Parts: sequence; C-alpha cells; structure tokens
Amino acid sequence: MHRSRLLPLTLLASLVGLLVAAPLAGADFLTPESGGSSNADDIDTLYKYVLAVAIVVFVGVEGVLFYSLRKFRARKGAVAAQIRGNTRLEIGWTVGAALVLVVLATLTFIKLGDIRNPPNSGPDGLELADGTLVANTKEKLPPNGKSLDIEVNGQQYVWRYTYPDGDQNQLNNVFAYEEMVVPVETTVTLDIRAQDVAHSWWIPALGGKMDAVPGYTNHTWFKIPASKAGQTFRGQCAELCGRNHANMVARVRAVTPQEFERYLAQRKADIQAANQAAERQRREQEATGGQPGGNAPQGENPTGESNNPVPGSPGGTNEDER
Amino acid sequence: MAATVEPTPTLPSAVPVPQVVTRKVEREPSGFLSWVLTTDHKKIGIMYLVLTFAFFILGGVEALMMRLQLSQADNELLTPQVYNALFTMHGTTMIFLFVVPVMAGFGNYLVPLMIGARDMAFPKLNALSFWFLAMGGLVFYASIFFAPPECGWTCYSPLSDNDYLPSGGVDAWIFLVHLTGIGSLVGAINFYATIANMRAPGMGWGRLPLFVWTILVYSILLILALPVIAAAVTLLLTDRHFGTHFYDPANGGSPMLWQHLFWFFGHPEVYIMVLPGFGIVSEVLPVFARKPIFGYKAVAAATVVIAFLGLLVWAHHMFTTPSPTLVLVFFMMSSFLIAVPTGVKIFNWIATLWRGTIEFKTALLFSAGFIGTFLIGGITGVFLAVFPIDWQLHDTYFVVAHLHYVVVGGAVFCIFAGLYYWFPKMTGRLLGEGLGKLSFWLMLIGFHVTFLIQHSIGLDGMPRRVFEYPDVGNLELYNLISTIGSFILAAGIGVTIINVWRSLKNGAVSGPDPWKGNTLEWFTESPPPTVNFDTIPRIRSVEPMKDIRRQIAQQTSGATALAQPAEAEAGRVTQGA
Ligand code: HEM
Ligand SMILES: [Cu+2]
Ligand SMILES: [Cu+2]
Repeated sequence: MHRSRLLPLTLLASLVGLLVAAPLAGADFLTPESGGSSNADDIDTLYKYVLAVAIVVFVGVEGVLFYSLRKFRARKGAVAAQIRGNTRLEIGWTVGAALVLVVLATLTFIKLGDIRNPPNSGPDGLELADGTLVANTKEKLPPNGKSLDIEVNGQQYVWRYTYPDGDQNQLNNVFAYEEMVVPVETTVTLDIRAQDVAHSWWIPALGGKMDAVPGYTNHTWFKIPASKAGQTFRGQCAELCGRNHANMVARVRAVTPQEFERYLAQRKADIQAANQAAERQRREQEATGGQPGGNAPQGENPTGESNNPVPGSPGGTNEDER
Repeated sequence: MAATVEPTPTLPSAVPVPQVVTRKVEREPSGFLSWVLTTDHKKIGIMYLVLTFAFFILGGVEALMMRLQLSQADNELLTPQVYNALFTMHGTTMIFLFVVPVMAGFGNYLVPLMIGARDMAFPKLNALSFWFLAMGGLVFYASIFFAPPECGWTCYSPLSDNDYLPSGGVDAWIFLVHLTGIGSLVGAINFYATIANMRAPGMGWGRLPLFVWTILVYSILLILALPVIAAAVTLLLTDRHFGTHFYDPANGGSPMLWQHLFWFFGHPEVYIMVLPGFGIVSEVLPVFARKPIFGYKAVAAATVVIAFLGLLVWAHHMFTTPSPTLVLVFFMMSSFLIAVPTGVKIFNWIATLWRGTIEFKTALLFSAGFIGTFLIGGITGVFLAVFPIDWQLHDTYFVVAHLHYVVVGGAVFCIFAGLYYWFPKMTGRLLGEGLGKLSFWLMLIGFHVTFLIQHSIGLDGMPRRVFEYPDVGNLELYNLISTIGSFILAAGIGVTIINVWRSLKNGAVSGPDPWKGNTLEWFTESPPPTVNFDTIPRIRSVEPMKDIRRQIAQQTSGATALAQPAEAEAGRVTQGA
C-alpha cells in the first residue's frame, strides 16, 4: 500500500520545494509587497497566517482527493461500497470548516487595529504643530491627533497631491503631480478623492489600495521608517479609469524631515513665481487686445484642472482664482 | 403539435410495446426551418449549446489576443483602446453569452428528460428565451464595427457615463444586458415552473436529481438578481441619454450606487455560473465511481445555502471603496460563511469517490480536475475575503487568477464533463475517449500554467486591466509563462472541438445508456424521440435507472421482458468502443 501514499507525498514535497524556491524567485512570489510602512508589514504578516492555514487545507484536501483517485480506481473484482452518507462525518466537516474560519477571523481582528489605525509620528519625524497640520475630516487620526495630511486627487491620468500649509484654505497650498515627497518617521494620512472617474491609490510597499471615488473621500495612511530615507516607492492606479489607466503611475519619495521642509518651501516659491509670471503675461495680453483669460502659459499650473468643481474634490483648486 | 400519444389497447404483434399513434395534420418543417421554428426543448437546448460554444470560441480568441499583448513588457501590438475593448468583450462574452446561457442549454436539454417530462412547461417562451439571447449577442457584437465598449464587464460609473465614453459601445453593452437578461429571466421562470409541476410520478423533492436541484436554484437566483441589474443599467441608460443623474456626484447622484447595484447582481451571478456545474459533477461522479452520491441531502442543502448566502456577500467586491469598517467586517464574515457549504460539497464529492470503483472516462477526469482546481479558487477566495489582505490584492492579477480558477476551474471544467457525459444522449454517438483525455490533460496543464503564476504577478504589484507593464522584477517572465499556458489551454479546447466534429459522424454508436447512468434521461433512446418517453416509470429513489435495471434483472430471469428497458440495456454492448 505504500505506493498509494506516493502521490500525496510528492505533492507535499513539490509544495515544500516551491516554498523554498520562492525567496530565490523574488521577494514577492508568494506574499504581498511590504517594507515601506508598518501597515503593509502587518498585512503581509496576516497574509502569511492565512497562507499557512491555506497550505494545510490545500495539502489535506488535494491529498485525500489524489489518494482516492489512485486507490479506488476500478480493478477486476473490486466492488464499490454502497455508502449513501454519514451524518456524523457530515456534521464533523461542517464544524471543522467553520472552526478554520473562526481562527482566520480571530487573526484578522487581532491584526486589524494595527492595519487600520495610524500610530503617532516618531520622535524624529516632522515637527507637527498642534492641530495646525491636521485635516478637517472624519478620518482616523493617530492617538495624539497629529499627522501630515495630504490630499490625493485622482484625475485622468495623473495623481495630484496637495500639502497642508496651516490654514484651512486649500487654494493656495503647495501641490505636486505624480511624485509625492514625504518625511520619514512621520505619520502621513491621505484624503483620497477623484475628480472625474474612479481611480485607486496604491503604493504596494506602503500598504493597501484605497479607491478614489468621485463625490467621496477615502482614507489611508503610512509611516515610512527612518532607514528608508532617500528611497522611492512606486505604484500605479488600480481602478480602470480609461485608456491610459496603465500609465497612471505614482511615486512616493521618502526624505528626512529637514529635506521635506526645504522641499515645501522651494515648491511654494516655484509655484508663486509661476503664477506671477502667468498673471503678468495675461495682463500684457489683455493690454494688447489678446484673448482675455486665454491659453496663457501657466508655468506649473496644469491646464487639465476642471472648472466645475465636483463636491468632495477641492473646489476650484485653480490657481487663477486667487 | 397535432400529435397525440395513446397506448394502443390491443396489439396484433406479440411484443407488448406501447405504440405511438400520430394523427398528423400539418407537415413538420424540415432542415433549417425545423430549428428556427422549433419549440422542442431538446432542439432549443442544442441551439443554446452550439451558440454559446461559438461565443466561447470568440471570447477565447479575445483572451489569446490579450495574452499575446502581455507576453512582453511594453508591448506595442495592441493599442490601449483595443485592449480595453478586448477585456470588456471577453469578460462580457464569457459571462453573459457563454457560462450562464450554456447552463441554460444543458438545463433545457436535460431537465425535462431527468424529471420525466415531455417538454418544458412553456415551450414557446422557451424558444423566446433562446432568441433573446441570440439577439443580445448580435447587438453586442455589432458594436465591434462601430465602437466596442471599453469599461470592463463591470462598466463602473462614472467611466461608463456619456462624458467619458460617449460612443455607442456602452449602450450596446446595456442592450446586451437587457436582452440576455429578459431571455434568462423568462427561461428561469420556465425552469421553475417545469421543475415544480412536471416531475414524474413519485419524484418528490427528495428524489430530484442533483443537477435539477442546481438548475432550480440557478433559476431562483436569476429571478432575484436579474431585475436588479436591469434596473441598474436602465438608470445608466437614462443618465447617458435622458439627462438624469443617478450616478453623477456633481448632481446628487452616487457612483457607489452603481457599484452596490452591480455587485448585488454580480456576486449571485458567480453562483449562477458555478452551481449548475456543481450539479453536473454531482451527476457524473457517482456514475463513474459506481457509488451513490455521498450525502445527497447535504449536497442539495448546501446548494440552497450557498445561493442564500450568495445574496449577502456582494460588497466583498468593494472593500477598497470608502465604506465604514462595520460594513467591511459584515461582508468579510458573510463571505467566510459561504466557504462552509462550499467546503461541504467538496468533501462530499471526494467521499463519493472514496471506496468506489472509479472508471477514468473523460467525463470523470474533468470532474476530478474540477475538484482539484476549484479548491484553489475557493482558497484564494478566502484570502480575498479578509479585507485588509484584499486591500493589497484587489484589482490585481491575483484577482484575475482567482476569478479564472473559479469560472474556468469551476464552471468550464464542469461544462466539459457534462459535454463528454451527455454528448451520447444528445447525438447517439460517443465522443472519442483518446482525444477526450488528450484534451483534458492539455486543458488542465494549460490552465494551471496560465493562471497559477498570475497570483504572483498580482502579488508583484501588477494591476488588472492594464494593456502594458514595465519590465521590472520578474513580471515579463511570469507573463510570458502565462501566455504560453493560455495557448496550451486553447489547444486543449481545440482538441475537443475536433473530437466533437469527428464523433458526430464517426463516433461509436452509444445506445440509450452507455454509462449505466442513474437518472431518467438514460431511460429513453439516444437521441430521444420528440416526445421523450413512451412510458414514464414510477420513481422510487434518487437513482431510478438503478431500480429499473434491478427490476429487469429480476424479470429477465423470468420469461417476460419488457421491450423498452431491454433496449436500454443494449447500450452497454457498445460501451468503450
Ligand atoms: C479560456 C481561457 C481564458 C483565458 C486565457 C482568459 C484570459 C483572460 C485575460 C487575459 C483577461 C484580462 C485580464 C485583464 O487585463 O485584467 C481576462 C479577464 C476576464 N476573464 Fe478570462 N480568460 C479565459 C477564460 C475565461 C472564462 C471561461 C471566463 C468565464 C466567465 C472568463 C472571465 C473573465 C472575466 C470576467 C474577466 C474580467 C474582465 C474585465 O476585467 O472586465 N475568462 N481573462
Ligand atoms: Cu486608473
Ligand atoms: Cu463576489
């Protein structure tokens, strides 16, 4: 009879082989990406728990299946046992399956808090003045209520980021496209919105994705450890948003808090300079009888901005309106 | 039909065969017209099967084109517009024009035969259902000459609104949903009425064949889910063309409304696709294991429980949308719950094999391949039900892999099992076993090569519905493997097509009951006559054919043998040819 055990054994062996080979084949052969933020790491851990349970179930069930297919093939003289069922067995595996799921649910609830709720910023993080850098939303905040709250706005086919600057007026804030620069050791909370169609914000190493749905604000957070300063994390839009969906990429560059403050100041100056240039040009054009409010080159100001604001997205972020 | 059937009271001949006396008034249409005008459930069933397999091939060609595009990083074979149209056409075709209606095809052919009825309850409505399906397919595919839809089979708003996709493709998609929806709805009511009212004497609910149970539940789910999608696409249509704002957030509407309505239909749709497959396997396994199904009641009950829970899990497709944690937890738990009856079914199938004497015919191979493959789809489903994990996996190739493990591993393998199992009943000829087994192994290997690696593609960060990807990490290698697999899979399907083609003319003659089946369809000739049965036996168990064979065995030891069942026995002679 030992031959009939061969199949499940080979199955098991190849599975173990696969597990061993996995790290060689690349870090994320069997598990999600992680390493940029503790929520991504926690999801990764939770995934590994589920994977462990899954492997046991998989090997067990496939094992019995292959065993019976081998062992009970029709042979001369073999007679099929005319069994119609077994209530005890039936109850047994129903309860068994339910128990496995209770275990998985428990593990999820244990991990859920750490994944969903942002922690406080580290001592070396960006100095967040009390209350001022906090967004005025209903989202989950760190226990001390302080986070760097960045608005993420999805639009065909680019991500736009608006940084907080202390006052509630978002119209004059620093903004950027595609690459988000953030300080390490600082809890960054995101207000995710969309301006045209639905998109989905996703930087795999920084945690799960969150959809940007027009008319709604979605939230997530990340906190990049100090050791990752200088690193860039990549991701891309994960909800079909049109023909260029595949190229709607996003980057998050982690820098030290000092560099971050310098970056913000620089951006602010750049944007102001660009706006002034645009303003000047417009006045000149008007003076010479050109098209008022026409297609004056607007420097950093993108032309793709919609003029009819969608509720939930920053109303009229158009720089011209100042 | 002007035919009436009467057992002739006195017979001149010695053989006591019940005679069919027809007083024909009109000529039966023949040739092409006999198909177009038919209201015979068997002909309609075959038209369903042929039409849906044609759509399966179309959808498969679309899939191969996508896989070709993805075989290389930064490939420029297809434009993003064409790629988006392809996955929209592929997903829509496979779901609305293949898997759901092919089950109606099997159901149409088999339900009346299995319950001992002469036809469906409403034969004309039955024909109407089929023609609605055909029209839906026609309207949808006509759009490729204009502008095919590009919004995916989920057609999320606002992308599907006029502002972003003004072309008529989305409208064609809406009409497809309406037309196939009406067809399915009418068909579902027909199935329900047939099964509820036309069962053979003695066939109580506890003796209903499991395939018929699943068609019953399939029908109920269709009746519950289809009106919702019909309403949802109607709102979309009026948003697009008549100035309403149901899904428009700028005017008080909500894109989330679309998602909820869509998935309230969309998730039951998954069970609409797989439950009849479960039914096919529940018929095939006992026959080839030569053992009764293990836990008939548990399997039937699990079908009903899955259907009920299937109506309560829709928002597990929306874990990444802005939703309260409580909602996420509810839908995680309900999705967990549904894994229990599904697991019970798998255990029962394996227990049916246990201590049987298994004959490895092609139909059994596909059924066993289904169990082993579908299990993986079920397990990855549990990963996706854990919503924090889903935040990483949602809308990636992990989901593409999961959904194909469920719909190909779960439905397509069962459909092929059903094809090999019932082809002799429908045509009177057996499909070749050699080609059948070749087809099975190519499909099994091709399937796993294509889709197993896609889990890793998703874990590596590649979203679904992208026409190109950068050459980072192992993405290109993984995708190439997947593309190669898809061609092996296609070759396997091709072998079965050749097999069908050849066997129609040259297959071994099967006789009425080549497999020693358990259910009533094997009681009549292959293919069955228009009226299906000359006499309908009284049903005494879930396996009426076993009872009949036993009865014959007793009677043949005596002198008087009934001609009809004796004929049923003749089929065995040609078996295995
Ligand atoms: C026969 C082999 C098949 C192959 C090689 C295949 C391949 C593919 C590919 C390449 C995609 C596109 C992935 C993306 O870009 O996101 C896809 C999507 C899909 N497939 Fe298949 N597929 C097959 C069979 C099926 C079957 C039988 C079904 C039955 C229901 C099915 C249902 C779907 C659905 C629903 C989608 C999603 C479409 C969307 O994103 O809107 N596929 N498949
Ligand atoms: Cu996108
Ligand atoms: Cu679902």
